[in-house]
Amino acid sequence: MIRRVVGAGLAFHDLTKRYGDVVALRGMTFTVEPGELFGFVGSNGAGKTTAMRIAMGVLAADAGEVRWRGQPLDLESRRRFGYMPEERGLYPKMAVTDQLVYLAELHGLAANDASRAAAAWLERLGVAERAGDELQKLSLGNQQRVQLAAALVHDPEVLILDEPFSGLDPVAVDVMSEVLRERCERGTPAVFSSHQLDLVERLCDRVGIVRAGEMVAVGSVEELRTGGADRVEVHAPAAPPGWADGLAGVTTLSREDGRSLLELSDGADDQALLAAALATGPVHEFARRRAPLSELFRHVVSGTPEEQP
Amino acid sequence: MSSRRIIWLTARREIRTRMATPTYRIGTILMVVVIVGLTFVIDIVGGGSAQRVGLTGEATALAEPLRATATTLGDEVETVSVTDARAATRQVRDGSLDVLVASTPGGLRVVVDERLDDGLRAVLTAVARERALDEQIATLGGDPAEVGRRLAGVRLDVQALDPEEPYAGERLAIGIVVGILVYVALLLYGQIVAQGVVEEKASRVVELLLSTIHAWQLMAGKVLGIGVVALAQLALLLGAGAVAGLATGVLSLPASVAIETFAWAVLWFVLGFFLYALLFAAAGALVSRQEDVGGVTTPLTMAIIIPYVIGVSVLPSDPGNGFVALLSVIPLFAPMLMPMRLAIGGVPAVEVVVALVLTVALVLLLVRLTGRIYSNAVRRTGARITVRDALRA
Repeated sequence: MIRRVVGAGLAFHDLTKRYGDVVALRGMTFTVEPGELFGFVGSNGAGKTTAMRIAMGVLAADAGEVRWRGQPLDLESRRRFGYMPEERGLYPKMAVTDQLVYLAELHGLAANDASRAAAAWLERLGVAERAGDELQKLSLGNQQRVQLAAALVHDPEVLILDEPFSGLDPVAVDVMSEVLRERCERGTPAVFSSHQLDLVERLCDRVGIVRAGEMVAVGSVEELRTGGADRVEVHAPAAPPGWADGLAGVTTLSREDGRSLLELSDGADDQALLAAALATGPVHEFARRRAPLSELFRHVVSGTPEEQP
Repeated sequence: MSSRRIIWLTARREIRTRMATPTYRIGTILMVVVIVGLTFVIDIVGGGSAQRVGLTGEATALAEPLRATATTLGDEVETVSVTDARAATRQVRDGSLDVLVASTPGGLRVVVDERLDDGLRAVLTAVARERALDEQIATLGGDPAEVGRRLAGVRLDVQALDPEEPYAGERLAIGIVVGILVYVALLLYGQIVAQGVVEEKASRVVELLLSTIHAWQLMAGKVLGIGVVALAQLALLLGAGAVAGLATGVLSLPASVAIETFAWAVLWFVLGFFLYALLFAAAGALVSRQEDVGGVTTPLTMAIIIPYVIGVSVLPSDPGNGFVALLSVIPLFAPMLMPMRLAIGGVPAVEVVVALVLTVALVLLLVRLTGRIYSNAVRRTGARITVRDALRA
């Protein structure tokens, strides 16, 4: 594993935010390293958008701060960030290219570079033929592509994308994934939130699971799994109900058509489980099942329900 | 990146997108056409129509006195001697002659198509009386020529207590036109500023923008950009009106007076625009939907409409009205009323200076105040935000 330099990445440090009586963030802390694609998952209202909006300066935190390369963020450093807000927003009546060139210039590009970059991204994202049209005349999917182009047009150092995949067709999802990976290989850290957990699992280097304004689990998908219990699926058609009940550390999750899904707590003996299964008759399958991220997510999120905001 | 460049970029966006709209282009062209067209209509209907008077028989001798009298009475008369009275009558009927005049023992016989023009009636009456008078003087043994010279030497010594400005009528007309243009421009472009602010809030693009630039930079760019768009239109209209008016002779006042009047109008528009655009921008920031713009800007539109209506109803009959003069130095009302008063003329310099100083001072104050309201309110979507909340946040 690459040794991480402290302060090199994008650090969310102890962010706290409340709206009246509602606590949106309670000391949220995590760091995204350069070249890392960080998936931000959590239920609606868990605080993902609030954290990203604070990073982009759209909201002010009550306490805590976001640092990039060890420095607190200001308008100058954010100018080198690419941002895709949860509520998409561009000028509906402005031509697509003009819009991108304008945003690129606001982010500090010279006019020529801005035009070049706008054209290149529209081409890359497959909306080049709509370059001269007003944004509102494009389909929602294409508007979404333009929105991504707006986040990328100034060649940002950091990407903060709130639900970048929502509303995209499968082709666009592929293009978007490819672009994200490519940016990360060039050292750009990216944070993105998503409810599409399979996508997050496939794409992300690290995942952070948020619950009620707190980061409850952070790590690579592998790391998160090791925290969770192992699962074993056993196909033993002759096994009677409750066949595995007596074994230490084994819980039966489900049983259907002779297939049992069992959870093994830390230190439980899978060989004893296999022996017990064989004792019931033939065993056609005995397989370790990796819990999908969605499973981990459910587990973590429902773990210790605190007062929901 | 410098603030100046950021403001320039945002202003340039406003200028480009707004000037590119068909509404703006077609609207501007239409208004120029209307202003120039109206000038020509006034020229054709109003001035330059010399009356063609046909003189027959003894009346032909009246050609010279007729023209002279017409000139003193401010009319223009063209005389033609006719021999064939019957043919001349036909000419009156078809309009190539306005009147046909013949001499009668008691005075003049005048043939017209429909009715005798009032101005011409006065001219002809004067000439007929003069001729009768001359005859009478001669009968009494006097010298009509000598009497004529004496009469010509009589002078009226007029002492005006409150002399009217020269070209008062034209100045009043210009004042009303200038007033309408400034008033409509302030009302229209004020609304456009408020709608522009709400457009950015409603489309959420403001979130993207404010992660890169300060709210005050966005506000400044919007106000300046829309200001340039509005000013370009107003200057074009005033310029077209001035050129058309002076070229056709509808405006007979010296070009320098016309230009000065229009320059004042432009200056007051610029001040008024800043004053109101800042207020409209702050008002727009309080709401999140275009439907709500009207409600939140009503007090501002009233502040523009009411003084204008007062001005335009009082000033034509009473240009020196004290109440209007008072209103016209109050900064919120000055931009509509001062250009009207300045066009009409006779505004004491001190009133102009006071109005200018107060208005500029208010604009400077509003820059801070509205900037604060705007910055605090523009990030907040949803329900309408109160001014107090926006100031406190």
